[in-house]
Amino acid sequence: MNNIKHRRQKRILTIVNAALVLAIFVAVFIAEQVLPQTSMLFVVLKKGSIYALIAVSMNLLNGFTGLFSLGQAGFMLIGAYVYGIFTIPEEFRQSVYQYFDGGLIHFTVPIVIALVMAGAAAAIFAALIGLPVLRLKSDYLAIATLGFAEILRALFQWKIIGPVTNGSNLLRKFPNFNDFNIKNADGQVVLYLSTLVPFIVAGVCILLIVLLIRSSYGRAFRAIRDDEIAAEAMGVNLFKHKQLAFVISSFFAGVGGALLAMYQMAIQANAFTSAMTYEILLIVVIGGLGSVTGSCFGSFLFIAASEWWLRGLDSGAFLGINAPGVFRAGFRKVVFAVIIMAVVLFYRKGIMGDSEFSAKRIAERFRRIFMKRKSKIEAVDSIDN
Amino acid sequence: MLKVENLQVSYGGIEALKGISFEVPTGKIVTLIGANGAGKTTTLRTISGLIKPKNGAITFEDVSIAGNDAAAIVGRGITLVPEGRRIFPDMTVLENLRIGAYLRKDKLDNDIERVYALFPRLKERSWQLGGTLSGGEQQMLAVGRALMANPKLLMMDEPSLGLAPIIVREIFDIIREVNKQGVTVLLIEQNANMALKTADYAYVMETGRITRSGSGNELLNDPTIKEAYLGTMNEEE
Repeated sequence: MNNIKHRRQKRILTIVNAALVLAIFVAVFIAEQVLPQTSMLFVVLKKGSIYALIAVSMNLLNGFTGLFSLGQAGFMLIGAYVYGIFTIPEEFRQSVYQYFDGGLIHFTVPIVIALVMAGAAAAIFAALIGLPVLRLKSDYLAIATLGFAEILRALFQWKIIGPVTNGSNLLRKFPNFNDFNIKNADGQVVLYLSTLVPFIVAGVCILLIVLLIRSSYGRAFRAIRDDEIAAEAMGVNLFKHKQLAFVISSFFAGVGGALLAMYQMAIQANAFTSAMTYEILLIVVIGGLGSVTGSCFGSFLFIAASEWWLRGLDSGAFLGINAPGVFRAGFRKVVFAVIIMAVVLFYRKGIMGDSEFSAKRIAERFRRIFMKRKSKIEAVDSIDN
Repeated sequence: MLKVENLQVSYGGIEALKGISFEVPTGKIVTLIGANGAGKTTTLRTISGLIKPKNGAITFEDVSIAGNDAAAIVGRGITLVPEGRRIFPDMTVLENLRIGAYLRKDKLDNDIERVYALFPRLKERSWQLGGTLSGGEQQMLAVGRALMANPKLLMMDEPSLGLAPIIVREIFDIIREVNKQGVTVLLIEQNANMALKTADYAYVMETGRITRSGSGNELLNDPTIKEAYLGTMNEEE
């Protein structure tokens, strides 16, 4: 009896959650048609959604499985390159690979397949380095993965493999988000999709990660995070599950890397520095280790603050205050660092902790406020009587 | 059911087990008692596959399981309630129970009800995080979690550790109850008095060797055992 009621309640909450997500997508779609394309909002939405995917993939590893890995930039690099290499149209190859005689590869694959290939390549590399690396724990694992990411960065600029990677030169002219806009015969855009597409790709990937976390595999990951020895004693194969989490996380980091390449319209190995990994780690920690919605909020807040809201601090005027003497290049970073410190001080476990933002939580919050008011009224009544 | 013969285990150069042999018959409660460092925990961890033995044989239901990995051994029907409980603190009580049945693919509803019937307090706390439970409740959760694997042999490493006497009694009542339901129990204890009262058969371990064995009552009344492990009986009661 109770069980049936519980199940029905759960179904309603799932529907409400789905509706909330759908509403966000619809809002993005409408905003894109109505607002001018040059608005900073779209920079934030595009880059934010890509970072959200990468942050969630990192959270799967660091927050849910308890593996402190810092290889994210390396896997993004692989994803970006695989995407670029296999999607540059043939007619542009001669100009892109100008120092390598048009390059070695002379075919292209559809964008969706290229995205999957980007993820798969990153996953295969993760499976290879997982064998030695995942035997390490905590800090040592972090150092080893960081090392592999740096090696990749150097390797991809190596001249010998230039016919494939274009050495230290840019890869460009591959399809980007603007190519998703639907144009009429005169070349005028009739339907803007350049922001919705990264939203949909990131959304689908994050949904897959959430489903994994909620499955019995996800439970095993969290058991490993909480207590490795107890997990092993329960029959959870430690190495197999760590490897699985590592490979899946890398897959989505690879897809994220490909999306980032589409956003930036050019790929160069040198850009995938460890600083990029730290940015994502910062998002994960500030959003909350072990919270998917936390990582998503964290990404959009981080990108909005660094790319948009605090820009004025670098260029003279901020919030209507004109002070070119103080608000000079670099001041933004100072303020940003202070904000981050304040957030960490007030939210010790990140903005969301390890809980999720969902319909259930909102409902509970409302119920609590309502109950409190009710009990207060009753208390007042009893005093009056 | 379980037979251990001449089991030797060493950590680096240190020999923790110097060739022990004992047997756990089906349907009984068997206990290993001994002081710290006697090798009790090492014995259990070796049987459950967390440590690989250097030498010796472990047979479970006439199949050798020495050196198998932990998952395979859980799959055969041996589960361990680890020392210090080691429940998963950031997972709910229900999730902790479900992890216990990780290797099973069948429906769990009946087993969860069975565990809740044994420990009604866990049912009340079903949605609470494991780390917020009291010590006694955590021990109950650890036992319940192990039972979720539907074991034939349940091994418990010091279930009385750090618990109030009244809770210890409760835990031992449950051990007897679980045993009555058909689960064989191998119990490790420093609380020799309680363990010997509960067990059908007991072994005494000292520095990696088994030095004595006998039925629970026999050892309970043995003067040397009394002196070494039980203190004077009046104090305990």
